[in-house]
Amino acid sequence: MTDEDPLKGYRGKARARLIDLGLRVWDDLELKTSRGAFVGILLPRSEQADDQHLVLKLRNGYNVGVLVDVVESAVVHDHKEAHYKIPEGTFPMDPAKPNVTLLGTGGTIASRLDYRTGAVIPAFTPGELYGAVPDLADVCNLTTKKLFGIFSENMGREQWLTLAREAAAAIEGGADGIVVGHGTDTMHHTAAVMTFMLQDLPVPVVIVGSQRSSDRPSSDAALNLIHACTSAGLGPVAEVLVCMFGPTSDVFGLLHSGTRVRKMHSSYRSTFRTIGETPVAMVSRDGVKPIRQKFRARDRSRKVKLVDTWDDRVSIVYYYPNMKGDVIDSLVERGYKGVVIAGTGLGHVNRPLYEPLRRAVAAGLHVYMTVQTLWGFAQMYVYDTGRDLLEIGVVPLSNMLPEVAYMKLGWALGQSQEREEVKRIMLTPIADEITEREPPNGYVVLQGGIPEVDEFLARGYR
Amino acid sequence: MDTSNPFAMSMEDFRKLGFKSGLEVHQQLATRQKLFCRCPVGYQHREHDAELLRHMRPTLSELGEYDGTALMEFKTKKQIHYQLFQDSVCTYEMDDTPPFPINQEALDVGLRVAQLFDCNLVDELHVTRKQYLDGSIPTGFQRTAIVGIDGALPLAAHPARVLQIGLEEDACREVRDEGHHVVFRTDRLSTPLVEVVTDASLQDPREVVEAAELIRRVLRSSERVRRGAGATRADVNVSVAGGTRVELKGVPRIAWFERLVRVEACRQRLLLDIRDQLKQRGVSQQRFQAVIRDVTELASKLRLATLRKAMKRGDVVLGVHLPGFGGLLDKPVQPGIPFAQEFAGRVRVIACLDEMPNLVHTDDAACWQDRERELKKLREAFGASHVDAVVLVWGPAEDAHTAADEVRLRALDAIQGVPSETRQVFADGTNDFERILPGPDRMYPDTDSPPVRIEAERVARLWAERPPRPWERLARYRELGLSSVLADDVLLQGPPSLFDRLLERTGARPVDLAVALAQRLVSLTRKGKRQGRPSEAALEALFRRLAEGRLAREALPELLASMDGEASVDALVARLAPTPAPGGEVSEVVERVATRELADCKATDAEARLRFAMGKAMEQLRGRTPGQALRAALAARLG
Repeated sequence: MTDEDPLKGYRGKARARLIDLGLRVWDDLELKTSRGAFVGILLPRSEQADDQHLVLKLRNGYNVGVLVDVVESAVVHDHKEAHYKIPEGTFPMDPAKPNVTLLGTGGTIASRLDYRTGAVIPAFTPGELYGAVPDLADVCNLTTKKLFGIFSENMGREQWLTLAREAAAAIEGGADGIVVGHGTDTMHHTAAVMTFMLQDLPVPVVIVGSQRSSDRPSSDAALNLIHACTSAGLGPVAEVLVCMFGPTSDVFGLLHSGTRVRKMHSSYRSTFRTIGETPVAMVSRDGVKPIRQKFRARDRSRKVKLVDTWDDRVSIVYYYPNMKGDVIDSLVERGYKGVVIAGTGLGHVNRPLYEPLRRAVAAGLHVYMTVQTLWGFAQMYVYDTGRDLLEIGVVPLSNMLPEVAYMKLGWALGQSQEREEVKRIMLTPIADEITEREPPNGYVVLQGGIPEVDEFLARGYR
Repeated sequence: MDTSNPFAMSMEDFRKLGFKSGLEVHQQLATRQKLFCRCPVGYQHREHDAELLRHMRPTLSELGEYDGTALMEFKTKKQIHYQLFQDSVCTYEMDDTPPFPINQEALDVGLRVAQLFDCNLVDELHVTRKQYLDGSIPTGFQRTAIVGIDGALPLAAHPARVLQIGLEEDACREVRDEGHHVVFRTDRLSTPLVEVVTDASLQDPREVVEAAELIRRVLRSSERVRRGAGATRADVNVSVAGGTRVELKGVPRIAWFERLVRVEACRQRLLLDIRDQLKQRGVSQQRFQAVIRDVTELASKLRLATLRKAMKRGDVVLGVHLPGFGGLLDKPVQPGIPFAQEFAGRVRVIACLDEMPNLVHTDDAACWQDRERELKKLREAFGASHVDAVVLVWGPAEDAHTAADEVRLRALDAIQGVPSETRQVFADGTNDFERILPGPDRMYPDTDSPPVRIEAERVARLWAERPPRPWERLARYRELGLSSVLADDVLLQGPPSLFDRLLERTGARPVDLAVALAQRLVSLTRKGKRQGRPSEAALEALFRRLAEGRLAREALPELLASMDGEASVDALVARLAPTPAPGGEVSEVVERVATRELADCKATDAEARLRFAMGKAMEQLRGRTPGQALRAALAARLG
């Protein structure tokens, strides 16, 4: 850390004053101010914060901000740099336990504070993980590989291709299961595209993250990771799965099909829900318990088929009333090859879009229709609007989720630009992105306030 | 001095022990909403609507270290249950939504309290997470921030310092804690609190009480604090020379303070005595070897009554050999509590073995009476001589091993002296282990909350609006002719600002106003005869009438009991206290009493006859004429 800026995060006026006073971050000092004395350690400052204050960690562990204007003098007693390190252990190997490979993309299974931004950044080696979650060693032998260290909103084409290739390589290298550590915001996008890129899986590929960062005592990270390793190493389902909390309580996790899952709450632990189907299985420390009868069973003799292609000239258009046709025109002008529309109701857009859509299709744009209601099927024969759109060449995608359709269209266009071939790929389900039927318990959004629902909530763990 | 009887010791004795104490007073604020979300503040008295189940794991501090308390709490492997309430708990308290911006109303009160203690205010508020792995907060940490440091607490003998004023969210209320399950109610969670922390300069138990009383008055002066059960809770830190800081946790009332700190100071001294004896016996931390052995089979043959249930359940029994501890475990360290309880407390909390007794030991004479052979067998199993002790613990295998290890660790602490602990308190003045005392390692910046700048204009506005300090007010009230007790009642119950306003606007006699506000109305409310105070306007109308001589003072009690709104004052006065009786009517009554009704009086001495006459006259004139004048008139008439 010696080559780092000795006034990390400070700028402008605060920085000038600190230079005047001859101070460095991590100095243990006493500040004399016109308001009295403050004793503590000078901390780095978040770059987004103002240049009027310096931050001290007082002896009692609290941080306070002091206005640089009131600082009269400073006496440095010591210099105490923080070394944030999760105590490492050697991850024990047990030949009787399955071998799981953990590929890191940047989730926060274990993390530390980033003084530059004041946010948390992940830390990640088997030793660190063992230090933080020793219970993992009861489940499997762990190998880790950090592919990237990014927030999930920064995932893109390159990352998806790399991840798919690395997962395939690890499977071919003999892993009994793959766990992917991932930020939760776009976890369902990655889950969908991994389903398309990694076909005929012999072992599970389980994507996991946390809704509460692992620097909090109540974090869901550790239990999610234990659940994911259990599913990857021991579970029977050899598919791409998302493994996150079932209820918000620490009770069990759910394994969601990678193509039917969606993040449904900005911050709840149980944010991931399977849409229009039931989850594949439940998972706890005791093991994986299937919910669905039909799934691809683990079979080491199968060979993974890697289809690593993705054309990023695709977009998603979330239809809104009064939308103007130039939105569609601009996509064509900018060279986009495919667009997924999240239409209203059964898959509709307004009349002013008809002509722009007709022009777009004629110009070679691949246009697909999904529903922004998320639940239910695009059914374009019911109303005139739907029939008009079909005639224009908009292809309905049944009950494929809009984000899944977006990921699949990029993948399909990576394989072919030919209209009928793309359409064939899009309409042929790889996994569950299109299902034949929606079971009666596939749509369950309970409403609080209804006596039976409140009674149900009172009885079990939320 | 006799440290085995803390209640008989003088203040001088405690000073000789090197007694030192400091306070951390937590006071709930009377804001409408919670500190980091928009839920209403208040307690629920009904069944909960839903439940959450969570666990806690220790995390690293900002400086990259684990906190000892956090690691201890993790050992307990608790299942933490939270009871939720539809109307006063949201997804923030459930730790499923990040914090909203800090409650500005609460921040104003926090800054005001810091000003009342003459603190240096911070220029930028940094919300910090203080870890609590006991489950009392679903996040696993309390969001807390310092608003001011280095204030003053002017005690009679010497000025103490206020180290810091914090603004923080309150924790859950514990419902029960049994075995590996702990249950919390979330209604209180996130209620805004200020925390007032003093230095450790309080030198004897009486001074601790004085400091607590003064802090209470300063907080009340802000007139923005909540009252009632649990609204004010203090942690009392105590040490003696050679001892360690021990925190007596969550003391609910000042009346408990003196006996609690007396007992704790003596406990520390008695633990130091035990340390000295161990030293004399040559026991040192470096060489100490506490052998732990599974003695389930032997225990089944011992046929001890305390072990019968454990054997039936199939518990594992472990013995811990403590060389050099023989004869010490039965020594009292608190009134009626032996040293062995120090071990039992740790086992209860950390191994979750809370069915008492949870251990037996070789020093327990009552237990081994007429069982010398069994005792000998047990000693032999460990090769233990008479200067050694053996402690038996039992439970499910994992818990029993945790328990045995805690016994070993507590013995190591005893060689050192007084362990740094947080201890729970009881009304009789005694205390028991709650957890290892946490240090600064449990603090972590709250990455969810941006720093809040405290603008100079805001500080200036609050300073201009600040209420007088309690000592300033008391001096003024004494000048107004209030007794010290009455002046203090106004300060605590007034509320003083209402007293000041009514005094200025109505011109009423200070004593009348003070008695009515700070005593009569408080007692009526306490007895359930009133729901709170009448409106300020109604009180103003009432006292104006009194000051103008349009109401007799004697009518006040009844009026205060029955008045509600402003409009009702006139009607009530008309009904209960008709206009003062004209002089003619008073003379008539005096005459009638003297000539007719006094005939029924059997007494012969003059004073008794006057009392009898006064009683009869008051029946007819109560509330309509001043009593003193009536008495004078009767006295004159009767001669």
